[in-house]
Amino acid sequence: MWDKAVIDMIIAGIGETLYMTLMSTFMGYVFGLPLGVALAVTDKSGIKPNIVVYKILDFVSNIIRSVPFLILLIVLIPFTRTIVGKSYGSTATIVPLVVAATPFIGRMIESSLKEVDSGVVEAAQSMGAGTFTIIFRVLLVEARTSILVGATIAIGTILGYSAMAGTVGGGGLGDIAIRYGYHRYQADIMIVTVLLLIVLVQIFQTIGMFISNKLDRRRR
Amino acid sequence: MITLENISKTYQTKDGTVEALKDVSLTIEKGDIFGIIGMSGAGKSTLVRCLNFLERPTSGTVTVDGKDLSQLSQKELRLERRGIGMIFQHFNLLMQKSVIDNICFPLKISGVNKQAAKKRAEELLEIVGLTQKANAYPIQLSGGQKQRVAIARALATNPKILLCDEATSALDPQTTKSILALLKEINERYGITIVIITHEMAVVREICNRVGIIGDGKLVEHGAVIDVFSHPKSDAARELVLRNTGENRELVETLETQNCVRIVFSENSSFEPVIANMVLKFGMPVNILKADTKNVSGIARGEMILGLPEDEKLADDMINYLKERNLAVEEVSGYVG
Repeated sequence: MWDKAVIDMIIAGIGETLYMTLMSTFMGYVFGLPLGVALAVTDKSGIKPNIVVYKILDFVSNIIRSVPFLILLIVLIPFTRTIVGKSYGSTATIVPLVVAATPFIGRMIESSLKEVDSGVVEAAQSMGAGTFTIIFRVLLVEARTSILVGATIAIGTILGYSAMAGTVGGGGLGDIAIRYGYHRYQADIMIVTVLLLIVLVQIFQTIGMFISNKLDRRRR
Repeated sequence: MITLENISKTYQTKDGTVEALKDVSLTIEKGDIFGIIGMSGAGKSTLVRCLNFLERPTSGTVTVDGKDLSQLSQKELRLERRGIGMIFQHFNLLMQKSVIDNICFPLKISGVNKQAAKKRAEELLEIVGLTQKANAYPIQLSGGQKQRVAIARALATNPKILLCDEATSALDPQTTKSILALLKEINERYGITIVIITHEMAVVREICNRVGIIGDGKLVEHGAVIDVFSHPKSDAARELVLRNTGENRELVETLETQNCVRIVFSENSSFEPVIANMVLKFGMPVNILKADTKNVSGIARGEMILGLPEDEKLADDMINYLKERNLAVEEVSGYVG
Protein backbone atom coordinates (compact mmCIF):
# COMPACT_ATOMS: atom_id res chain seq x y z
CA MET A 1 0.00 0.00 0.00
CA TRP A 2 3.01 2.31 0.34
CA ASP A 3 3.47 2.17 -3.37
CA LYS A 4 4.80 4.95 -5.52
CA ALA A 5 1.35 6.38 -6.16
CA VAL A 6 0.69 6.96 -2.46
CA ILE A 7 4.14 8.46 -1.89
CA ASP A 8 3.74 10.74 -4.88
CA MET A 9 0.36 11.76 -3.60
CA ILE A 10 1.77 12.63 -0.20
CA ILE A 11 4.62 14.61 -1.73
CA ALA A 12 2.11 16.47 -3.90
CA GLY A 13 0.06 17.03 -0.75
CA ILE A 14 3.01 18.59 1.03
CA GLY A 15 3.54 20.86 -1.97
CA GLU A 16 -0.12 21.92 -2.01
CA THR A 17 -0.16 22.53 1.71
CA LEU A 18 2.95 24.67 1.52
CA TYR A 19 1.55 26.55 -1.45
CA MET A 20 -1.75 27.28 0.28
CA THR A 21 -0.17 28.18 3.59
CA LEU A 22 2.57 30.43 2.29
CA MET A 23 0.40 32.17 -0.31
CA SER A 24 -2.41 32.72 2.19
CA THR A 25 -0.03 34.01 4.85
CA PHE A 26 1.56 36.35 2.34
CA MET A 27 -1.78 37.63 1.07
CA GLY A 28 -3.06 37.73 4.64
CA TYR A 29 -0.26 40.14 5.49
CA VAL A 30 -0.85 42.19 2.36
CA PHE A 31 -4.32 42.97 3.73
CA GLY A 32 -3.79 42.33 7.43
CA LEU A 33 -0.78 44.57 7.94
CA PRO A 34 -2.53 47.76 6.77
CA LEU A 35 -5.62 46.68 8.71
CA GLY A 36 -3.60 46.20 11.89
CA VAL A 37 -1.79 49.50 11.42
CA ALA A 38 -5.11 51.26 10.82
CA LEU A 39 -6.58 49.67 13.95
CA ALA A 40 -3.62 50.64 16.11
CA VAL A 41 -3.38 54.17 14.73
CA THR A 42 -7.09 55.07 14.85
CA ASP A 43 -7.76 53.64 18.29
CA LYS A 44 -8.37 56.27 20.96
CA SER A 45 -4.88 55.80 22.39
CA GLY A 46 -3.36 55.75 18.88
CA ILE A 47 -1.46 58.50 17.11
CA LYS A 48 -4.39 59.54 14.91
CA PRO A 49 -7.53 58.63 16.84
CA ASN A 50 -10.59 58.26 14.67
CA ILE A 51 -13.44 56.58 16.44
CA VAL A 52 -15.56 56.04 13.31
CA VAL A 53 -12.83 54.33 11.30
CA TYR A 54 -11.78 52.28 14.30
CA LYS A 55 -15.29 51.11 15.10
CA ILE A 56 -15.94 50.04 11.50
CA LEU A 57 -12.68 48.09 11.18
CA ASP A 58 -13.13 46.65 14.65
CA PHE A 59 -16.67 45.50 13.89
CA VAL A 60 -15.85 43.94 10.51
CA SER A 61 -12.81 42.15 11.94
CA ASN A 62 -14.85 40.71 14.76
CA ILE A 63 -17.60 39.52 12.48
CA ILE A 64 -15.23 37.62 10.21
CA ARG A 65 -13.38 36.19 13.16
CA SER A 66 -16.62 35.03 14.74
CA VAL A 67 -17.56 32.84 11.77
CA PRO A 68 -16.09 29.33 12.14
CA PHE A 69 -13.66 28.72 9.31
CA LEU A 70 -15.52 25.69 7.98
CA ILE A 71 -18.66 27.81 7.59
CA LEU A 72 -16.72 30.68 6.06
CA LEU A 73 -15.30 28.24 3.53
CA ILE A 74 -18.80 27.35 2.37
CA VAL A 75 -20.31 30.82 2.62
CA LEU A 76 -17.53 32.19 0.45
CA ILE A 77 -17.93 29.64 -2.37
CA PRO A 78 -19.67 32.07 -4.76
CA PHE A 79 -17.10 34.75 -3.99
CA THR A 80 -14.24 32.28 -4.52
CA ARG A 81 -15.77 31.22 -7.84
CA THR A 82 -15.88 34.80 -9.11
CA ILE A 83 -12.26 35.38 -8.19
CA VAL A 84 -10.56 32.10 -9.06
CA GLY A 85 -13.09 30.67 -11.49
CA LYS A 86 -13.68 27.49 -9.51
CA SER A 87 -14.45 26.61 -5.91
CA TYR A 88 -12.26 23.58 -5.29
CA GLY A 89 -8.52 22.93 -5.37
CA SER A 90 -5.61 24.60 -3.63
CA THR A 91 -5.79 27.95 -5.40
CA ALA A 92 -9.48 28.29 -4.64
CA THR A 93 -8.82 27.50 -1.00
CA ILE A 94 -6.48 30.44 -0.73
CA VAL A 95 -9.43 32.85 -1.05
CA PRO A 96 -11.27 31.84 2.14
CA LEU A 97 -7.93 31.35 3.88
CA VAL A 98 -6.97 34.94 3.16
CA VAL A 99 -10.39 36.20 4.22
CA ALA A 100 -10.10 34.33 7.51
CA ALA A 101 -6.45 35.22 8.07
CA THR A 102 -6.70 38.96 7.39
CA PRO A 103 -8.61 40.03 10.51
CA PHE A 104 -6.64 37.54 12.59
CA ILE A 105 -3.35 38.96 11.34
CA GLY A 106 -4.70 42.50 11.67
CA ARG A 107 -5.48 41.90 15.34
CA MET A 108 -2.01 40.52 15.96
CA ILE A 109 -0.37 43.48 14.23
CA GLU A 110 -2.60 45.82 16.22
CA SER A 111 -1.55 44.26 19.51
CA SER A 112 2.14 44.20 18.50
CA LEU A 113 2.03 47.91 17.65
CA LYS A 114 0.23 48.76 20.86
CA GLU A 115 3.06 47.15 22.81
CA VAL A 116 5.43 49.84 21.52
CA ASP A 117 6.30 52.17 24.39
CA SER A 118 4.11 55.26 24.07
CA GLY A 119 7.06 57.31 25.34
CA VAL A 120 9.06 56.47 22.23
CA VAL A 121 6.15 57.59 20.06
CA GLU A 122 5.91 60.78 22.08
CA ALA A 123 9.64 61.36 21.63
CA ALA A 124 9.21 61.01 17.86
CA GLN A 125 6.31 63.47 17.95
CA SER A 126 8.43 65.91 19.91
CA MET A 127 10.98 65.75 17.10
CA GLY A 128 8.32 66.72 14.61
CA ALA A 129 7.66 63.28 13.12
CA GLY A 130 4.40 62.95 11.20
CA THR A 131 1.98 60.04 11.29
CA PHE A 132 3.59 58.10 8.44
CA THR A 133 7.09 58.58 9.79
CA ILE A 134 5.95 57.27 13.14
CA ILE A 135 4.24 54.25 11.56
CA PHE A 136 7.15 53.25 9.34
CA ARG A 137 10.15 54.36 11.36
CA VAL A 138 8.97 53.89 14.90
CA LEU A 139 6.02 51.55 15.32
CA LEU A 140 6.83 48.90 12.73
CA VAL A 141 10.55 48.95 13.55
CA GLU A 142 10.18 48.81 17.31
CA ALA A 143 7.51 46.11 17.07
CA ARG A 144 9.26 43.94 14.51
CA THR A 145 10.17 41.14 16.92
CA SER A 146 6.65 40.93 18.18
CA ILE A 147 5.30 41.08 14.61
CA LEU A 148 7.54 38.17 13.57
CA VAL A 149 6.46 36.11 16.55
CA GLY A 150 2.90 36.88 15.46
CA ALA A 151 3.74 35.74 11.94
CA THR A 152 4.90 32.34 13.15
CA ILE A 153 1.66 31.97 15.07
CA ALA A 154 -0.29 33.07 12.01
CA ILE A 155 1.45 30.62 9.72
CA GLY A 156 0.74 27.74 12.11
CA THR A 157 -2.92 28.69 12.34
CA ILE A 158 -3.26 29.07 8.59
CA LEU A 159 -1.63 25.68 8.09
CA GLY A 160 -4.28 24.24 10.38
CA TYR A 161 -7.05 26.02 8.45
CA SER A 162 -5.65 24.74 5.15
CA ALA A 163 -5.95 21.20 6.44
CA MET A 164 -9.57 21.92 7.30
CA ALA A 165 -10.13 23.11 3.77
CA GLY A 166 -9.38 19.53 2.72
CA THR A 167 -12.93 18.58 3.73
CA VAL A 168 -14.37 20.55 0.82
CA GLY A 169 -11.83 19.37 -1.72
CA GLY A 170 -9.16 21.92 -0.97
CA GLY A 171 -6.25 19.60 -1.59
CA GLY A 172 -3.12 19.28 0.47
CA LEU A 173 -2.27 17.06 3.42
CA GLY A 174 -5.54 17.71 5.19
CA ASP A 175 -7.44 16.52 2.16
CA ILE A 176 -5.41 13.29 2.10
CA ALA A 177 -5.86 12.74 5.82
CA ILE A 178 -9.64 13.05 5.53
CA ARG A 179 -10.05 11.01 2.37
CA TYR A 180 -7.84 8.12 3.44
CA GLY A 181 -8.04 8.23 7.20
CA TYR A 182 -11.70 9.14 7.62
CA HIS A 183 -13.50 7.92 4.52
CA ARG A 184 -11.42 4.80 3.88
CA TYR A 185 -10.29 3.88 7.39
CA GLN A 186 -6.60 3.87 6.35
CA ALA A 187 -5.23 5.04 9.64
CA ASP A 188 -1.58 4.65 8.63
CA ILE A 189 -1.82 7.24 5.85
CA MET A 190 -3.69 9.55 8.15
CA ILE A 191 -1.02 9.24 10.84
CA VAL A 192 1.74 9.97 8.30
CA THR A 193 -0.04 13.11 7.09
CA VAL A 194 -0.67 14.28 10.65
CA LEU A 195 3.01 13.73 11.48
CA LEU A 196 3.99 15.70 8.39
CA LEU A 197 1.72 18.56 9.46
CA ILE A 198 3.33 18.54 12.90
CA VAL A 199 6.80 18.63 11.33
CA LEU A 200 5.80 21.56 9.08
CA VAL A 201 4.47 23.57 12.00
CA GLN A 202 7.66 22.86 13.93
CA ILE A 203 9.83 24.01 11.03
CA PHE A 204 7.90 27.25 10.60
CA GLN A 205 7.96 27.88 14.33
CA THR A 206 11.70 27.30 14.58
CA ILE A 207 12.56 29.47 11.59
CA GLY A 208 10.24 32.26 12.76
CA MET A 209 11.61 32.36 16.28
CA PHE A 210 15.17 32.20 15.02
CA ILE A 211 14.69 35.22 12.77
CA SER A 212 12.81 37.25 15.36
CA ASN A 213 15.45 36.60 18.02
CA LYS A 214 18.18 37.41 15.56
CA LEU A 215 16.56 40.77 14.82
CA ASP A 216 15.87 41.71 18.41
CA ARG A 217 18.29 44.36 19.65
CA ARG A 218 16.91 44.30 23.13
CA ARG A 219 19.10 41.30 23.94
CA ARG A 220 22.56 41.91 25.23
CA MET B 1 11.55 83.33 24.11
CA ILE B 2 8.62 81.37 25.49
CA THR B 3 5.50 83.12 26.70
CA LEU B 4 2.53 81.37 28.22
CA GLU B 5 -0.62 83.40 28.60
CA ASN B 6 -3.54 82.16 30.66
CA ILE B 7 -2.94 78.51 29.84
CA SER B 8 -5.64 76.14 31.02
CA LYS B 9 -5.95 72.48 30.27
CA THR B 10 -8.89 70.29 31.15
CA TYR B 11 -9.36 66.59 30.51
CA GLN B 12 -12.59 64.69 30.26
CA THR B 13 -12.38 61.46 32.19
CA LYS B 14 -14.98 58.95 33.32
CA ASP B 15 -15.11 60.63 36.70
CA GLY B 16 -15.74 64.04 35.20
CA THR B 17 -13.61 66.97 34.22
CA VAL B 18 -10.08 67.24 35.50
CA GLU B 19 -8.38 70.61 35.48
CA ALA B 20 -4.69 69.90 34.98
CA LEU B 21 -3.68 73.52 34.50
CA LYS B 22 -5.48 76.62 35.65
CA ASP B 23 -4.69 79.99 34.11
CA VAL B 24 -0.92 79.70 34.01
CA SER B 25 1.02 82.70 32.69
CA LEU B 26 4.76 82.60 32.48
CA THR B 27 7.67 84.04 30.54
CA ILE B 28 10.89 82.19 29.94
CA GLU B 29 13.76 84.31 28.66
CA LYS B 30 16.34 83.27 26.14
CA GLY B 31 19.29 81.54 27.81
CA ASP B 32 17.36 80.75 30.99
CA ILE B 33 17.55 77.44 32.75
CA PHE B 34 14.02 77.53 33.99
CA GLY B 35 12.90 75.02 36.59
CA ILE B 36 9.28 74.04 36.90
CA ILE B 37 8.80 72.25 40.14
CA GLY B 38 5.83 70.70 41.85
CA MET B 39 4.59 67.59 43.60
CA SER B 40 3.55 64.70 41.42
CA GLY B 41 0.15 65.31 39.92
CA ALA B 42 0.55 69.06 40.18
CA GLY B 43 0.32 69.46 36.40
CA LYS B 44 3.94 70.16 35.55
CA SER B 45 4.23 67.41 32.93
CA THR B 46 1.13 68.75 31.23
CA LEU B 47 2.62 72.22 31.33
CA VAL B 48 5.86 71.21 29.61
CA ARG B 49 3.87 69.37 26.93
CA CYS B 50 2.00 72.58 26.23
CA LEU B 51 5.31 74.20 25.35
CA ASN B 52 5.67 72.06 22.23
CA PHE B 53 1.97 71.35 21.84
CA LEU B 54 2.26 67.63 22.49
CA GLU B 55 -0.72 68.68 24.58
CA ARG B 56 -2.96 71.36 23.18
CA PRO B 57 -4.04 73.77 25.92
CA THR B 58 -7.79 74.09 26.31
CA SER B 59 -7.41 77.85 26.39
CA GLY B 60 -4.66 80.43 26.41
CA THR B 61 -1.74 81.01 24.08
CA VAL B 62 1.78 79.66 23.87
CA THR B 63 4.21 81.86 22.00
CA VAL B 64 7.61 80.44 21.15
CA ASP B 65 10.09 82.76 19.51
CA GLY B 66 7.30 85.09 18.46
CA LYS B 67 5.10 82.35 16.97
CA ASP B 68 1.73 81.56 18.44
CA LEU B 69 1.68 77.76 18.33
CA SER B 70 -2.10 77.50 18.21
CA GLN B 71 -2.11 79.40 14.90
CA LEU B 72 0.20 76.91 13.18
CA SER B 73 -0.98 74.15 10.87
CA GLN B 74 -0.04 70.56 11.68
CA LYS B 75 2.83 70.77 9.24
CA GLU B 76 4.12 74.10 10.55
CA LEU B 77 3.85 72.76 14.08
CA ARG B 78 5.99 69.74 13.16
CA LEU B 79 8.60 72.07 11.70
CA GLU B 80 8.47 74.25 14.79
CA ARG B 81 9.02 71.21 17.03
CA ARG B 82 12.35 70.59 15.33
CA GLY B 83 13.52 73.75 17.06
CA ILE B 84 12.40 72.41 20.45
CA GLY B 85 14.28 69.38 21.72
CA MET B 86 12.85 67.22 24.46
CA ILE B 87 14.21 64.60 26.84
CA PHE B 88 12.24 62.33 29.12
CA GLN B 89 12.36 60.51 32.43
CA HIS B 90 12.53 57.11 30.76
CA PHE B 91 14.80 58.27 27.94
CA ASN B 92 12.44 56.95 25.24
CA LEU B 93 15.16 55.73 22.91
CA LEU B 94 14.39 53.48 19.99
CA MET B 95 15.35 50.11 21.47
CA GLN B 96 15.85 48.44 18.10
CA LYS B 97 18.23 51.11 16.83
CA SER B 98 21.87 51.64 17.67
CA VAL B 99 23.05 54.74 19.52
CA ILE B 100 24.19 56.46 16.34
CA ASP B 101 20.94 55.62 14.53
CA ASN B 102 18.96 57.00 17.44
CA ILE B 103 20.79 60.30 17.13
CA CYS B 104 20.41 60.31 13.34
CA PHE B 105 16.67 59.73 13.68
CA PRO B 106 15.53 63.37 14.09
CA LEU B 107 17.94 64.38 11.33
CA LYS B 108 16.42 61.86 8.93
CA ILE B 109 12.97 63.16 9.77
CA SER B 110 14.19 66.63 8.87
CA GLY B 111 15.45 65.33 5.55
CA VAL B 112 19.18 65.58 6.26
CA ASN B 113 21.12 63.17 4.09
CA LYS B 114 22.68 60.09 5.55
CA GLN B 115 26.29 61.21 5.55
CA ALA B 116 25.65 64.65 6.98
CA ALA B 117 23.45 63.07 9.64
CA LYS B 118 26.16 60.61 10.61
CA LYS B 119 28.72 63.38 10.83
CA ARG B 120 26.46 65.49 13.03
CA ALA B 121 25.68 62.46 15.22
CA GLU B 122 29.39 61.86 15.75
CA GLU B 123 29.88 65.49 16.82
CA LEU B 124 27.05 65.10 19.30
CA LEU B 125 28.43 61.85 20.67
CA GLU B 126 31.60 63.71 21.38
CA ILE B 127 29.74 66.49 23.20
CA VAL B 128 27.95 63.99 25.46
CA GLY B 129 31.09 61.89 25.85
CA LEU B 130 29.88 58.64 24.31
CA THR B 131 32.01 58.31 21.20
CA GLN B 132 32.90 54.74 22.16
CA LYS B 133 29.27 53.67 22.25
CA ALA B 134 28.22 54.70 18.74
CA ASN B 135 27.34 51.18 17.66
CA ALA B 136 25.97 49.93 20.96
CA TYR B 137 22.26 49.36 21.45
CA PRO B 138 20.32 51.13 24.23
CA ILE B 139 19.93 47.90 26.22
CA GLN B 140 23.68 47.82 26.68
CA LEU B 141 23.83 51.28 28.24
CA SER B 142 23.37 52.48 31.81
CA GLY B 143 20.64 54.97 32.69
CA GLY B 144 23.02 57.92 32.60
CA GLN B 145 24.40 56.87 29.23
CA LYS B 146 20.88 56.47 27.84
CA GLN B 147 20.03 59.98 28.96
CA ARG B 148 23.19 61.26 27.30
CA VAL B 149 22.11 59.62 24.06
CA ALA B 150 18.68 61.18 24.49
CA ILE B 151 20.30 64.59 25.01
CA ALA B 152 22.44 64.13 21.90
CA ARG B 153 19.32 63.14 19.96
CA ALA B 154 17.38 66.13 21.24
CA LEU B 155 20.20 68.48 20.23
CA ALA B 156 20.69 66.96 16.78
CA THR B 157 18.55 69.48 14.94
CA ASN B 158 20.15 72.48 16.70
CA PRO B 159 17.12 73.44 18.75
CA LYS B 160 16.89 76.78 20.54
CA ILE B 161 15.02 75.21 23.42
CA LEU B 162 15.49 71.97 25.32
CA LEU B 163 12.61 70.64 27.40
CA CYS B 164 13.49 68.17 30.15
CA ASP B 165 10.62 66.18 31.61
CA GLU B 166 11.85 64.68 34.90
CA ALA B 167 15.05 63.91 33.03
CA THR B 168 17.00 62.92 36.14
CA SER B 169 14.24 61.28 38.16
CA ALA B 170 15.18 57.76 37.12
CA LEU B 171 18.87 58.31 37.83
CA ASP B 172 20.97 57.94 40.96
CA PRO B 173 22.32 61.11 42.65
CA GLN B 174 25.79 60.79 41.17
CA THR B 175 24.51 60.34 37.62
CA THR B 176 21.99 63.12 38.18
CA LYS B 177 24.84 65.47 38.99
CA SER B 178 26.74 64.57 35.84
CA ILE B 179 23.66 64.95 33.63
CA LEU B 180 22.87 68.33 35.20
CA ALA B 181 26.46 69.42 34.64
CA LEU B 182 26.11 68.41 30.99
CA LEU B 183 22.87 70.39 30.66
CA LYS B 184 24.50 73.42 32.21
CA GLU B 185 27.43 73.14 29.84
CA ILE B 186 25.07 72.91 26.87
CA ASN B 187 23.22 75.98 28.10
CA GLU B 188 26.41 77.98 28.50
CA ARG B 189 28.17 76.80 25.38
CA TYR B 190 25.33 76.90 22.90
CA GLY B 191 22.99 79.37 24.58
CA ILE B 192 20.14 76.89 24.48
CA THR B 193 17.21 77.81 26.69
CA ILE B 194 16.44 74.89 28.99
CA VAL B 195 13.17 74.16 30.74
CA ILE B 196 13.44 71.57 33.48
CA ILE B 197 10.46 69.80 34.99
CA THR B 198 11.24 68.18 38.29
CA HIS B 199 9.91 67.34 41.71
CA GLU B 200 13.33 67.68 43.31
CA MET B 201 14.35 71.04 44.73
CA ALA B 202 17.96 69.87 44.56
CA VAL B 203 17.81 69.84 40.76
CA VAL B 204 16.46 73.38 40.63
CA ARG B 205 19.05 74.58 43.12
CA GLU B 206 21.83 72.92 41.23
CA ILE B 207 21.40 74.48 37.80
CA CYS B 208 18.33 76.66 37.37
CA ASN B 209 18.46 80.42 37.45
CA ARG B 210 14.71 80.86 37.53
CA VAL B 211 11.94 78.71 38.87
CA GLY B 212 8.19 78.38 38.72
CA ILE B 213 6.32 76.43 41.34
CA ILE B 214 3.23 74.55 40.30
CA GLY B 215 0.71 73.51 42.89
CA ASP B 216 -2.63 71.96 42.03
CA GLY B 217 -2.51 73.12 38.42
CA LYS B 218 -1.69 76.72 39.28
CA LEU B 219 1.55 78.63 39.04
CA VAL B 220 1.77 79.64 42.67
CA GLU B 221 5.12 81.36 42.66
CA HIS B 222 7.90 82.17 40.26
CA GLY B 223 11.08 84.18 40.16
CA ALA B 224 14.83 83.89 40.57
CA VAL B 225 15.80 80.64 42.26
CA ILE B 226 17.75 82.46 44.94
CA ASP B 227 14.71 84.52 45.96
CA VAL B 228 12.29 81.65 45.99
CA PHE B 229 14.74 79.53 47.93
CA SER B 230 15.42 82.24 50.51
CA HIS B 231 11.95 83.69 50.81
CA PRO B 232 9.38 81.16 49.69
CA LYS B 233 6.02 82.91 49.82
CA SER B 234 3.49 80.23 49.00
CA ASP B 235 2.75 77.10 51.00
CA ALA B 236 3.64 74.92 48.02
CA ALA B 237 7.02 76.61 47.70
CA ARG B 238 7.75 76.30 51.41
CA GLU B 239 6.77 72.69 51.36
CA LEU B 240 9.11 71.97 48.47
CA VAL B 241 12.01 73.88 49.99
CA LEU B 242 11.51 72.07 53.27
CA ARG B 243 10.65 68.63 52.08
CA ASN B 244 14.05 68.62 50.58
CA THR B 245 15.63 69.29 53.97
CA GLY B 246 13.30 67.11 55.95
CA GLU B 247 14.36 63.81 54.59
CA ASN B 248 14.93 62.25 57.96
CA ARG B 249 11.88 61.12 59.82
CA GLU B 250 12.87 62.43 63.25
CA LEU B 251 13.36 65.93 61.97
CA VAL B 252 9.99 65.89 60.32
CA GLU B 253 8.37 64.72 63.54
CA THR B 254 10.10 67.42 65.54
CA LEU B 255 9.02 70.02 63.02
CA GLU B 256 5.45 68.90 63.47
CA THR B 257 5.48 69.22 67.24
CA GLN B 258 7.91 72.02 67.97
CA ASN B 259 7.95 75.69 67.38
CA CYS B 260 10.45 75.76 64.53
CA VAL B 261 11.82 78.32 62.13
CA ARG B 262 13.96 77.97 59.07
CA ILE B 263 16.54 80.67 58.47
CA VAL B 264 18.65 81.31 55.44
CA PHE B 265 21.96 83.15 55.61
CA SER B 266 23.07 85.27 52.73
CA GLU B 267 26.69 86.09 52.01
CA ASN B 268 27.00 89.10 54.35
CA SER B 269 25.15 87.67 57.31
CA SER B 270 27.68 84.97 58.08
CA PHE B 271 30.19 87.22 59.81
CA GLU B 272 28.26 87.92 62.95
CA PRO B 273 27.71 84.91 65.25
CA VAL B 274 23.97 85.55 65.17
CA ILE B 275 22.68 82.44 66.88
CA ALA B 276 25.25 82.57 69.67
CA ASN B 277 24.51 86.26 70.31
CA MET B 278 20.79 85.58 70.33
CA VAL B 279 21.15 82.82 72.91
CA LEU B 280 23.30 85.07 75.07
CA LYS B 281 20.86 87.95 74.77
CA PHE B 282 17.71 86.00 75.63
CA GLY B 283 19.39 83.66 78.04
CA MET B 284 17.46 80.75 76.59
CA PRO B 285 18.92 77.98 74.42
CA VAL B 286 17.61 77.17 70.97
CA ASN B 287 17.84 73.76 69.42
CA ILE B 288 19.70 73.55 66.11
CA LEU B 289 17.82 70.77 64.34
CA LYS B 290 19.60 71.04 61.07
CA ALA B 291 22.30 73.18 59.54
CA ASP B 292 23.55 72.98 56.03
CA THR B 293 25.21 74.96 53.29
CA LYS B 294 23.71 74.74 49.87
CA ASN B 295 24.84 75.81 46.51
CA VAL B 296 22.04 77.90 45.04
CA SER B 297 22.68 78.97 41.45
CA GLY B 298 26.41 78.92 42.20
CA ILE B 299 26.18 80.96 45.43
CA ALA B 300 26.70 79.33 48.83
CA ARG B 301 23.76 79.76 51.15
CA GLY B 302 23.57 78.66 54.75
CA GLU B 303 20.35 77.08 55.87
CA MET B 304 19.40 76.27 59.44
CA ILE B 305 16.36 74.93 61.18
CA LEU B 306 15.96 76.04 64.79
CA GLY B 307 13.71 74.71 67.48
CA LEU B 308 12.59 77.75 69.52
CA PRO B 309 11.47 77.83 73.15
CA GLU B 310 7.86 76.91 73.95
CA ASP B 311 7.17 80.39 75.27
CA GLU B 312 5.45 82.15 72.37
CA LYS B 313 6.42 85.65 73.43
CA LEU B 314 10.06 84.65 73.69
CA ALA B 315 9.92 82.85 70.37
CA ASP B 316 8.41 85.91 68.69
CA ASP B 317 11.13 88.10 70.11
CA MET B 318 13.74 85.73 68.79
CA ILE B 319 12.19 85.74 65.35
CA ASN B 320 12.21 89.53 65.35
CA TYR B 321 15.82 89.52 66.51
CA LEU B 322 16.78 87.30 63.59
CA LYS B 323 14.79 89.38 61.13
CA GLU B 324 16.48 92.54 62.33
CA ARG B 325 19.76 90.95 61.30
CA ASN B 326 18.47 90.57 57.74
CA LEU B 327 18.05 86.85 57.82
CA ALA B 328 15.23 85.21 55.94
CA VAL B 329 13.08 83.66 58.65
CA GLU B 330 9.92 81.63 58.30
CA GLU B 331 7.99 79.41 60.55
CA VAL B 332 7.97 75.82 59.48
CA SER B 333 5.86 74.17 62.16
CA GLY B 334 2.83 72.26 61.26
CA TYR B 335 2.79 71.85 57.55
CA VAL B 336 5.52 69.35 56.81
CA GLY B 337 3.90 66.03 56.10
